[in-house]
Amino acid sequence: MKPRGGWSFVSPALIAIGVFFVLPVVAALALSFTDFDIYGVADRHNVRFIGFDNYRRLVATPLFWSALRNTAFFVIVGAPLSIAVSLGTALLINARVVRARGAFRTALFAPVVTTVVAVAVIWRYIFHDRYGFLNYVLGWFHIDAIDWLGDPHWSMPAMIVFAVWKNFGYNMIIFVAGLQSIPGDQYEAARIDGAGRVAQFRFVTLPALAPTMLLVTILTMVGYFQLFAEPYVMTRGGPAQSTTSVLYFMFEEGFKWWNLGYASAVAFVLFAIMLGGTMLQLAVARRWSRS
Amino acid sequence: MKPRVEPWVVNAALIIIALAAIFPLAWMISVSVMAPGEASTAPPPLLPQAINFASYHELFSRGHIGRNLLNSIGLALAATVLSLAFNVTAGYAFAKLRFPGRDLAWKLMLGVMLVPAQVAMIPLFLMLKQVGLVNSYAGVLIPGMANVFGIFLVRQYALSIPDEMLEAARIDGAGEWRIFWSIVLPVLRPILVTLAIFAFLGSWNDFLWPLIVLADDSRQTLPVAIAALSREHAGDNELMMAGAVITILPVLAVVLALQRYYIQGLLSGSVKG
Repeated sequence: MKPRGGWSFVSPALIAIGVFFVLPVVAALALSFTDFDIYGVADRHNVRFIGFDNYRRLVATPLFWSALRNTAFFVIVGAPLSIAVSLGTALLINARVVRARGAFRTALFAPVVTTVVAVAVIWRYIFHDRYGFLNYVLGWFHIDAIDWLGDPHWSMPAMIVFAVWKNFGYNMIIFVAGLQSIPGDQYEAARIDGAGRVAQFRFVTLPALAPTMLLVTILTMVGYFQLFAEPYVMTRGGPAQSTTSVLYFMFEEGFKWWNLGYASAVAFVLFAIMLGGTMLQLAVARRWSRS
Repeated sequence: MKPRVEPWVVNAALIIIALAAIFPLAWMISVSVMAPGEASTAPPPLLPQAINFASYHELFSRGHIGRNLLNSIGLALAATVLSLAFNVTAGYAFAKLRFPGRDLAWKLMLGVMLVPAQVAMIPLFLMLKQVGLVNSYAGVLIPGMANVFGIFLVRQYALSIPDEMLEAARIDGAGEWRIFWSIVLPVLRPILVTLAIFAFLGSWNDFLWPLIVLADDSRQTLPVAIAALSREHAGDNELMMAGAVITILPVLAVVLALQRYYIQGLLSGSVKG
């Protein structure tokens, strides 16, 4: 007997995804080759095809380059740091000597399920140069107060501290599951061969975690590229545009200035960079697993 | 793995990290019940001198926060129902039913997952404007109705349903929809809870899209309203913390109570399929 009617099960979802996602993505590509702006919003007849002009203009815009630099810094420093904290915490919580594991997991996981906008409000207060808790703690160690959100050199590091706090619990859960799937006798064998703790981590834990690591790296990187709410709430992209991310730039161009064709070009450049990053990771992983 | 590291070192390290994770949330609650202005002192006070609900009172008496709260709840519930309605049948069919074009369609779905949602937002906005759905609740809900991650989640789970079970029902002459309702859905129950939590949280925490679509203050969701408030009243710490508390705390409590389901979804989302 052949099951029939499969399409009737999937078509509502496929149609919705097609109409409200795939079609707009294609339209965004088309839009990025037009001068769709506030006049276009008013009357479609004002829209003209302008080829690659938006992309050319983008490359010539200093703010776009600094948005790209800021986002790259956030991704290149923030994502590995975030993953390292997740892995370190996963190793700790997975250790046999830990008591009250469930309570620890709940506490470490809590920031993950909070609303970015609301916790960004909290952290803006924690980062406050005079009343903030962070500078108060630094004071215990005789470190001078830092104007976290007011100094262009510290604003991005502050975003990263916040993002690591918010996100590390997510990857921690994935790493714990990965650690628990490593058979105990592999450690046994390594120990018999005289491997110490560090060697066990290097030659048993890390290779076993490699597939998990690849996935976590890609997901985290993709997530960190989408920096938006944090600067929107904490710094409005400042000071001196030091926290203007690519998405923040897109939002301002698109929905503040209504340069929708131009903003679509920004979206596509971001997409291309994210896709390139993912492909690069996959290629590196393939090379590693071969050698 | 026999630890050479002392047990107390591991436990102490975990306690410090857990405190760092929880402290901002605990402090949020503490500051939200301080008297106005009390938190803007150095060194920052950890506990209020007296419990004071003035900030909550002010929060709800000005602006539309009460309304924003209701909007967020209503939209999150609607998003949950829509997600269940669209994604469950599709996830099941991709796992268990054979139909022409299935594998190609599934590959395309996985390809769609690579495209960040923000790429679609500008044309989507123009589409909704065309049909008069900008600044409407429907406009907020439409792009999230069906999503590949939700379908993926259900598919991964449905793959474990034994074919013999479905086959037996077919031999008894049951139609595919009948099988879905009476046999498949009960088996899928845990993943439905997971999907519901993801949909609810996704809607509750969403920011960029509601920010783009909703113009009127009274129609905005909590995160959009809180962001607007924080841009106007940056120095008003107690008020802002009260706003953060009502945005975070109720949902956090529910999700942590159901974290088993959330974690299941998180893990099956991270398995290659």
